[in-house]
Amino acid sequence: MSEESLLTTPLDALHRALGARMVPFAGYAMPVQYPAGVLGEHLHCRAAAALFDVSHMGQAFLTGPGAAAALELLAPGDIAGLAPMRQRYSLLTMPHGGILDDFMVAHIEGDRWFLVVNASRKDVDFAHIAAHLPAGVTLQRLDDRALVALQGPRAASVLATLAPVVATLPFMGLAEATIDGTACLISRSGYTGEDGFEISIPAARAEAITQILLALPDVLPAGLGARDSLRLEAGLCLYGNDIDETTNPIEAGLAWTINKRRRIEWNFLGAGPIRAMLEAGPARRRVGIRPDGRAPARGHTEILGPDGAVVGEITSGGFGPSLNAPCAMGYVRADLAGLGQELALLVRGKPLPAKIAAMPFVPHTYIR
Amino acid sequence: MTDIRYTEDHEWVRLDEDIATIGITDHAQEALGDVVFVELPEDGREVAAMEACAVVESVKAASDVFSPLAGTVVESNQMIVEDPSLVNGDPMGGGWFFKIELDDVEDFEKLMDEAAYKAFLETL
Repeated sequence: MSEESLLTTPLDALHRALGARMVPFAGYAMPVQYPAGVLGEHLHCRAAAALFDVSHMGQAFLTGPGAAAALELLAPGDIAGLAPMRQRYSLLTMPHGGILDDFMVAHIEGDRWFLVVNASRKDVDFAHIAAHLPAGVTLQRLDDRALVALQGPRAASVLATLAPVVATLPFMGLAEATIDGTACLISRSGYTGEDGFEISIPAARAEAITQILLALPDVLPAGLGARDSLRLEAGLCLYGNDIDETTNPIEAGLAWTINKRRRIEWNFLGAGPIRAMLEAGPARRRVGIRPDGRAPARGHTEILGPDGAVVGEITSGGFGPSLNAPCAMGYVRADLAGLGQELALLVRGKPLPAKIAAMPFVPHTYIR
Repeated sequence: MTDIRYTEDHEWVRLDEDIATIGITDHAQEALGDVVFVELPEDGREVAAMEACAVVESVKAASDVFSPLAGTVVESNQMIVEDPSLVNGDPMGGGWFFKIELDDVEDFEKLMDEAAYKAFLETL
């Protein structure tokens, strides 16, 4: 795709003014890093606070009588049970048990819900949801809103100077707050393993408000490079790498997203194959992997078992700046998926020793 | 004055007698970002011109380092294995990768000189 045909976020001019290196991602021109570099941005997020533009992601309101029940037919999470101004992570599942996307769903009030889906999947997701809605329930895409994520141990204290309500917001709680005279929708969530917030802002005010956020003490801009290394250390799935239309939530280790009530009802798309895998056990499992040496193993690296046979594949892998060591996740044959299992990773034709390790690789610091 | 030549893969080559020292340029380290891992060739390895014989990895990606010229590896820089950030901090000096004894010293002259490399960078 040529540079000219890429979409841009409302913060495009700001990224360029800040000296970002722009790359194509999910059809958008996005900052992969700023002058501080991926390593510096990653470590700054863990030590202080980093601001990410995630406006490429899809935001929408789902509104109308029966909206939650309609969404529960497409997603295995407890959506109807969400209290107002609370959100949770869920999946859009497919008839064969695959994952159409992973997403965040928040209960605003009454019959009004707020969705955030992956950039690369928003057209697919929104068409899918719209095609399954009963009369009276409408999906309203919010293409006129930006989304920024402020992440890190200093995020709450610095954001509270602009929006005091965030100081008492629980993890996965939402609040409406006025920043610089503009109503913003803030959730205490993120994709780094750190405490932090995602802030939905009307596009026309996005640049001005982002500049106010960047002027807060301890806040630096961070790009997609750091976002990826942070989420990998946090053990969080990247749609398209670690989960996709061919992965069943059970083998992906996402059974926790299907609550007790939904395991009685089994009434969502793909419930049959997902229930069958839960009961029979998966043939492969998503696991965390730590290479023994310093060499990173990237996505699509083959995983070898003790006998030298291929027993799986890395789906995300790289160097963890906070671990100061390489880390990866991938799928391995279920009988070799135990913690501490010794494996080898076929990197440039050479088997490198590695072990299955617990995720997250770097502990989450969410406020509970 | 030491003669340094360059390649379109953004490597530099410095010649002392028939020993060529090879590293990556400032442009290359800047494009790669923070280097976190390098893999270097074994001493005694015979390499062909343009053969991939080292690897440099940043947080995000892995890239091959090629031997611009044919020869035999005589030394590799263990300092950058211990501290990969040297490649970013001093790419043309302490961040060198490996040295080869050239099969044919004449080949060196075929590489780009500094002016030609600067002109090449302008085209990118």
